[in-house]
Amino acid sequence: MSSRAERTYLGDWAWTVDRPILASLAALMVAGLVFLMAGGPPVAERLGLSPFHFVNRQFIYLLPAVGILVSVSFLSLRQVRRLAFVVYVAGIALCLLALKFGPEIKGAHRWVQIGSFGLQPSEMVKPAFVVLAAWAFSEGAKRRDMPGALLAILLLPATIVPLILQPDFGQTMLVAITWGGLFFVAGLHWLWVASLGGIGLVGVFAAYTLLPHVRERFERFLDKDSGDSFQVATALESFTKGGLLGRGPGEGTIKRILPDAHTDFIFSVTGEEFGVLVCVAVVALFATIVLRGLVLACRNEDTFVRLAVTGLVMMFGLQACINMMVNVHLMPAKGMTLPFVSYGGSSLFSLALAMGFLIALTRRRPRAERLDRFAFGGQA
Amino acid sequence: MSADDSSDRVPHDPAPEPEYVEEPVVPQLSGRQRAFAFARGLFRLRIEQSAVRVAIVGAVFLGLFSLISGRLIYLAVMPQEPENIRRFASAASVAARPDIIDRNGEVLATDVRMVSIFAEPRNIIDKDEAVELLTAVLPDLNAADLRNKLNLRRGFVWVKREVTPREQAEVHRLGIPGVGFVPESKRVYPNGVAAAHVLGFANIDNVGIAGIEKYIDSSGLQDLNGFGFARQANDLKPVQLSIDLRIQHAMRDELVKGMAYFRAKAAASMLLDVTTGEIVSLVSLPDFDPNNPVDALEKDRINRMIVGVYEMGSTFKALTTAMVLDSGKANINSTFDARSKLRYGRFSIGDYHGTNRILTVPEVFLHSSNIGTAKMALAVGVEGHKAFLKKMGQLDRMRTEMPESSMPIVPARWGDLNTITIAFGHGIAVAPMQATAAVGALLNGGLMITPTFLKRSAEEARAKAVRVIKPETSEALRYVMRLNAQKGSASKAAVPGYFVGGKTGTAEKVVGGRYSKTKLFTTFMAVTPADSPRYLFVTVYDEPQPTPESHGYATAAWNAGETTGRILERIAPMLSVPPRFDPPKNPFPLMARLGAWGTR
Repeated sequence: MSSRAERTYLGDWAWTVDRPILASLAALMVAGLVFLMAGGPPVAERLGLSPFHFVNRQFIYLLPAVGILVSVSFLSLRQVRRLAFVVYVAGIALCLLALKFGPEIKGAHRWVQIGSFGLQPSEMVKPAFVVLAAWAFSEGAKRRDMPGALLAILLLPATIVPLILQPDFGQTMLVAITWGGLFFVAGLHWLWVASLGGIGLVGVFAAYTLLPHVRERFERFLDKDSGDSFQVATALESFTKGGLLGRGPGEGTIKRILPDAHTDFIFSVTGEEFGVLVCVAVVALFATIVLRGLVLACRNEDTFVRLAVTGLVMMFGLQACINMMVNVHLMPAKGMTLPFVSYGGSSLFSLALAMGFLIALTRRRPRAERLDRFAFGGQA
Repeated sequence: MSADDSSDRVPHDPAPEPEYVEEPVVPQLSGRQRAFAFARGLFRLRIEQSAVRVAIVGAVFLGLFSLISGRLIYLAVMPQEPENIRRFASAASVAARPDIIDRNGEVLATDVRMVSIFAEPRNIIDKDEAVELLTAVLPDLNAADLRNKLNLRRGFVWVKREVTPREQAEVHRLGIPGVGFVPESKRVYPNGVAAAHVLGFANIDNVGIAGIEKYIDSSGLQDLNGFGFARQANDLKPVQLSIDLRIQHAMRDELVKGMAYFRAKAAASMLLDVTTGEIVSLVSLPDFDPNNPVDALEKDRINRMIVGVYEMGSTFKALTTAMVLDSGKANINSTFDARSKLRYGRFSIGDYHGTNRILTVPEVFLHSSNIGTAKMALAVGVEGHKAFLKKMGQLDRMRTEMPESSMPIVPARWGDLNTITIAFGHGIAVAPMQATAAVGALLNGGLMITPTFLKRSAEEARAKAVRVIKPETSEALRYVMRLNAQKGSASKAAVPGYFVGGKTGTAEKVVGGRYSKTKLFTTFMAVTPADSPRYLFVTVYDEPQPTPESHGYATAAWNAGETTGRILERIAPMLSVPPRFDPPKNPFPLMARLGAWGTR
């Protein structure tokens, strides 16, 4: 590093970050604000708030989020791991506090109140968990004595048990699938892949039979006429009404009866007002980030970077896919927000952290820095 | 990036790797060692495969994103849910019906455009508010019912059908999202009760439920609606009936008065054009208002001309007389011994107006002799009697345009006794219209014409007609009926100038398995003009009571005959038969030539 002292720190960053991902993220954030201008007002009106309440709040949240994203992206690999560790420990602790002292909202203890801002610590845990798990897997893969793999295996229950207790089925699933994906990419024997897949199926089946609300949701998904999938049916109607080109901004009517028009179902509102072509463009943005991230992961020779990038991108992509699939009725309804588009502070900060990690990890690094990991590996 | 690349790189990449390569993998491994190596392999993370695996993850994501994009485009391009409302509404209400007009073109039934209020519960944001506002404007709505309806998870419910323009404006002004209006056709019968039993009615969904309305549906209108054609009544050709509204009004008016005066349970009257089979008017009381048919389906509202079956009594003697004359077993001058009661087994048949002498055929008819008529039937025999009644349509259900009809009640085993009683109209129950059609055939020259409610010409009728008796027999029947109006029981209907012929019939009703002396079913048939018949009037009363003028009698002449006379008197000027103030010269040439009783 010292030999390149004549370069500024910022200039160095600008030359090494992955621009397609950064551009896509910026586009998503701007688009999210625009879409929220459509989806936010009806919900705000219903709650007796000023029409642009959610848009304004989202904009205010976006500023620190962009700050988090950019500043995290400056970190070195080692700093990324350390930050992840700190955030993870703090997050899990806050989760447990929320369980004990947090207010009950819609039957779940997920929130920690900080002033007027309700923070969802489980959101912050997610990216930190991915980075830590990726590090543990990479260590486990490199070293015969296997403390890494064991640690990675132990990380899963440590993370999802608080989530299950909240309860937060959607996040649990997301974390578990991402973890499984990481394990898979880390080179899990196919025999285990097959049997873990089987266990996963058994788990889904167990959730279906043992947890009544899971079963209910699933049955509602299959039974079109139950009428209980009201949100989904309405969401579908909005795509149909919007057509390819949409009815125009502000012209939507179905958003008025969609309870979660500003969060889980903002994609449908987008469909009605801006048209399906714009929705496809949004899908393309997500696809760009995910696929570009995976390509970079593939190219990267560092095991930790490869795993961490894959994990972060998987979590991000899965969340987007699940939300969109619920909107177009390819999946039963699930509380999952659309990254950077849905309204929500915690989710935004979590995503900013995750994407900050992603950009930091995918920066083109000089060889000297890459050698750094050997030293780190030696320490561990 | 391929697998080869990564395996190439393996030696260079993780520096300490070679130490851990399984060096024991040499041919001389024991089985146990090999198993151990395999187990170790199972637990080793094959990081060298990670690039391939990342590629697999990428492929999965590519699949997911394509799936979502495809589904999005599918949703936009192929709207799978057509407009719910339109579907519901067209199924229920847009159905138009053709106008129904009478033989002169007067409107009997027509469609009026009305507006109905519906709601889409899924689109109503505040259901309680909607219920409150709607019930405030439409006070006759039940708030609890409405709330239940709006809480149904359905796309469409009716709030109120067929509202007034004022109500529509008020609901419109409420501006409740999810509440809307659909235009509907409401069936209106401008003449109210006048032709209720003929027209029947259509329900709120404009589906024909009874009468001609149902007939219209069964003859293809519903199919037309199904294809979305019949949207407006103007698109449909009006259905023209044989009914004459003026006559219908007059007949109903007289019958209502008569039924009240004779304190009868029910009454019915009809006018048949015997040359065409057209029913010019038909009234059955009690009736209903097709505009508000709440009581139309009650039991006592049946159409007594078609749906009720009764023992017709002496009017059946016309059939028996025609049968014996037509069979050649007797002629107009034949005589029948009515001096003593007719004994059959333990039964004995007597005459109501006993004459106790030998009677000619016209006398048997004139005095309505049971003995004489029974002997006529016996002269023809059981099989001949059955065959004749079959030919005259008395043993089968009569089918007209009316969807409602009844099977006649015919004895299961038909012996001599049955023939004796059926000869004078007991022991067989038929619909009055059925008997009327048969008597019409006896009078019109011998052609059996199935009655119709649709306008038609004499030619069309004749094309479908079946000859059942000889023209000469027909003349004999006209003669005896005219004679009966001049000298016998039908004189009350003998309106001057119209050369009326007639026959009374009084049947005792069966009460508790026995014939009752006080509960009567009276019938009167009158034909005008008797020399060349055109119209046949029929009036029936169910359980008429004696009146001060009737000397304690409630037989047909005193009530049905009286009413028929009044109807005829009132209606005659509207008929296409001009009155003749001089009796026709030689109206029954054959009868005069044969020197029948009464011609001299």
